[in-house]
Amino acid sequence: TVMAAPMTNDQSWFYALALGVSFLKCLLINAYHSTDFEVHRNWLALTHSLPVSQWYYEATSEWTLDYPPLFAWFEYGLSHIACFFDKEMLVVPNLNYASPATVLFQRLSVIVADVVFFYAVKECCKCLREDKGKDLLGKPSFILTGLLLWNFGLLIVDHIHFQYNGFLFGVLLLSIARHCQNRHFEGAFLFSVLLNLKHIYLYIAPAYGIYLLRCFCFTQSNAVLVTLGTIVLSTFAVSFGPFIGQLPQVLSRLFPFKRGLCHAYWAPNIWALYNIADKAFSILGVKFRLLDINKLPKASMTGGLVQEFQHSVLPSVSPLATLVCTLLSILPALFKIWHRPNGARGFLRCLVICALGSFMFGWHVHEKAILMAILPLSLLAVDSRKDAGIFLMLSVTGHYSLFPLLFTTQELPIKIFLMLLFTIFSLASLKTLFRKGGALLNPLEVTYLLGLIPLELICEFVYPLTVWQKTFPFLPLMLTSVYCALGVTYAFIRLYNSLLTCSDTTKKTKMQ
Amino acid sequence: MENWSLFSLCVLLGLTSRWAVSFHSYSGAGKPPMFGDYEAQRHWQEVTYNLPVHEWYFNTTNNDLNYWGLDYPPLTAYHSLVCAYVAKLLNPEWVELHASRGYESHSHKLFMRATVLFTDILIYIPAVLLYCFYFCDGSSKQKVATALCILLYPGLILIDYGHFQYNSVSLGLALWGILGLGLGWDLFGSLAFTLALNYKQMELYHSLPFFCYLLGKCIKQGLTRRGFFQLAKISLTVLVTFALCWMPFLSDPKQPLQVLHRLFPFGRGLFEDKVANTWCSLNVLIKIKTLLSRETQLFLSFALTLLFILPSSLKLLSKPNLWQFKLALVNSSLAFFLFSFQVHEKSILLAAFYCTHLGFCLFLRLMFFLFVFFHSMLPLLVKDGLLLPYVVTSLAFLFLSLYLLSALERSTEEELRLGLYRKLTQRWLPKLNLSRIIKWKFWFSLVAMAVLSFTSVWLEPPAKFPDLFPVLVSILSFLHFLGFIIYFNLVQLMEPQRKKSQKKTN
Repeated sequence: TVMAAPMTNDQSWFYALALGVSFLKCLLINAYHSTDFEVHRNWLALTHSLPVSQWYYEATSEWTLDYPPLFAWFEYGLSHIACFFDKEMLVVPNLNYASPATVLFQRLSVIVADVVFFYAVKECCKCLREDKGKDLLGKPSFILTGLLLWNFGLLIVDHIHFQYNGFLFGVLLLSIARHCQNRHFEGAFLFSVLLNLKHIYLYIAPAYGIYLLRCFCFTQSNAVLVTLGTIVLSTFAVSFGPFIGQLPQVLSRLFPFKRGLCHAYWAPNIWALYNIADKAFSILGVKFRLLDINKLPKASMTGGLVQEFQHSVLPSVSPLATLVCTLLSILPALFKIWHRPNGARGFLRCLVICALGSFMFGWHVHEKAILMAILPLSLLAVDSRKDAGIFLMLSVTGHYSLFPLLFTTQELPIKIFLMLLFTIFSLASLKTLFRKGGALLNPLEVTYLLGLIPLELICEFVYPLTVWQKTFPFLPLMLTSVYCALGVTYAFIRLYNSLLTCSDTTKKTKMQ
Repeated sequence: MENWSLFSLCVLLGLTSRWAVSFHSYSGAGKPPMFGDYEAQRHWQEVTYNLPVHEWYFNTTNNDLNYWGLDYPPLTAYHSLVCAYVAKLLNPEWVELHASRGYESHSHKLFMRATVLFTDILIYIPAVLLYCFYFCDGSSKQKVATALCILLYPGLILIDYGHFQYNSVSLGLALWGILGLGLGWDLFGSLAFTLALNYKQMELYHSLPFFCYLLGKCIKQGLTRRGFFQLAKISLTVLVTFALCWMPFLSDPKQPLQVLHRLFPFGRGLFEDKVANTWCSLNVLIKIKTLLSRETQLFLSFALTLLFILPSSLKLLSKPNLWQFKLALVNSSLAFFLFSFQVHEKSILLAAFYCTHLGFCLFLRLMFFLFVFFHSMLPLLVKDGLLLPYVVTSLAFLFLSLYLLSALERSTEEELRLGLYRKLTQRWLPKLNLSRIIKWKFWFSLVAMAVLSFTSVWLEPPAKFPDLFPVLVSILSFLHFLGFIIYFNLVQLMEPQRKKSQKKTN
């Protein structure tokens, strides 16, 4: 039997890790789920009960369909299986319907959809440069599998908070793997499919665009370029085809710019630091009589995290300004891979920088978007020491910034245990992998990361017991957001540094 | 990866699965008027906080013993008192005398679950880690694998964090006792075990091996000189510990008697509910409960229990080493489970627990054994609404054990200690391949258990035998346990002492 010979099978550890994490996900079925659960239930209902022409017009529930058409088709497919669990969940007016069968079905659908992610991780392991290691626990493929399959952010966002990121990141990682294996058409196709599943991946579309153009523009014939274009355009055509008549409506649902600069909880990006600086200046200004308190916007002195945050001292930021900043931040990286493409590795680095740049400077960014930078960075982390150090900084900070997503007391031990689990695993395994060559993190970085512990204690244990909890309830969130923003910015700068110096070393060796 | 990181990963995995299981229902949730073990524990907090010590075990107007009266030794009562103090700080409504009966709320559930987690982290988990570190053979990887298996053992997780009990405290203290004895700290070991005994009287199941081991050791050291002093020191430690635990109850002679009366309710009959032991299974064929008088039942159970523990204890007395000690623990707990009075299904945990850490040598038997134990608790868990965690944790444990311990690959005849069976059967059936038979039997039993689990959950029993499935489950489990007790006794009595050179280190 298959079970009888686990030790001789080389890949059995992969299935053990995959099965293990699936069991953990099954145990979390009864955990807290956020409004995203209702969002997806609503989408199951409306794709099942309404004709296609109504999908993007339906507004009974406040959670309207705001993902591209392919995802709507995915929900439509799921709804046919949902019939067997509980027909009531497919009734659109049944707002906030969450029977045990509904919860079971939705959770299981996420767990099963993760199979795509498992396959993608397996493919990524094949792309690793060297996979030697006499000890299983020291093999790069084992470490990469652990870092991806047991990623803390993915676990809590997908299986507690409730989303389908595992499946989507599976498609992304598969596309990256295909590029690494020089199967560029498949990679491009997968990425187009991904864009039609969730448009947030537009953040990294520039990296794909520049890389593919660079690879095919000067090196291959025009026929290849035309094929590529056909693949991408036909994917979009198939996806948006049925909605061609309602395109403006679909686009308005996909890109709702009416929301504010920051989410209700500030994502740890540049704008969080910008907001805090603005608040600091206004407080100082009032103190030193440089500003008149009556002229300042009402809520800026005592208000905390609001969607429409009005800046009092520094200039206000518009969506156009954020777009310009984002483009400026990723342009150097794009230029770098245009002039000196470093193969798949350079592409991956540029992808991570695009994701992180968009996270740092984007409009109304969700803190969950940090995963788009952390997951691809794992691939780089098992290959080079410098990247491993950057990965550790970014992943620990980024994962910690996800803590406010799970604010219930019941989930507090789970998030702490899982965070420690992932952090210890990544630290110990990367340290073992790169044991020759000194420490991965310098003392300053270690101090910063250790500072997360008192931050957590203050925000979740000490602060709620103080007097200020009632008057300034937003303060812990603000502290978390700002502290993490520092780490994320630092990781961004270091990534850029590694991209620029990386190309320089190849130039040096060429000249020699 | 370094050892400390591997061990901490195991601990974190264990803690995560424990807390994740705690999200599910507990015993007696939403089932007035009596509710279940969860309400019993809450009630004990209420009683110990509001009433003076001399009223805890007595039937008074304030303390109705019919509604979950205290029936564990004093240490449980003190533990409940400490929890009650914390509860009072958080929300006094939880321990209001009389008014808090049947109190159920989300925050209260969190509090109760947190108390279990706290004692687990404090007592049980360090004991397991130290045990694996010091007493497991093999490479550090094997130690980590053993630690992971013990920490993820579904039985303890589901009973403590699902059904709701504090078994980790008594098991943890007993494990500290074993650790102490193993490291040669006899006084510490006896202290720990005495505390375990004073926490749950079911630890009596293991007291005879402890006694015989220590006595045997003292005898070996010479009863006239060092041995005698050692014995005196141990006895003094035990007596002082008992005295300290029972101090509030020693002022009045009626107190200890009443406590003992609560701890050992001989008036309740040979068994209650469906348990996988001899009496329940025998009852299917001949109705002993009604046939024999109360005294005869008591005598019969006492005699059979003694019959089954005596050989193993005597062997331990003559050869007091760790290996014999561990086997004696298993045999003693099995014997008590099968033949004792008023046994609950959860008591199987005690025998299962010691089997878990007998190590890699007997592993096919071991794992199978653990699984059977666990399976006999299925009816109880389904009643509590814990089917999902049961399925997930037992599947996870099964796959983990099979993967990490490669059970089936290493089941050579020597490993299974089947030498003696070989000798017995060689005469009549010389061509038998025993290890192959064992493997087939393992899969057959596994399939049978899976089928029974499935049917007991999803099929409706015929009207004439409404209890058909629980009874079938109990009988199947009982037959396995009977087989095991015979096997382990034979192993303990007939095998020569394992020499260090014979240990396989791979």
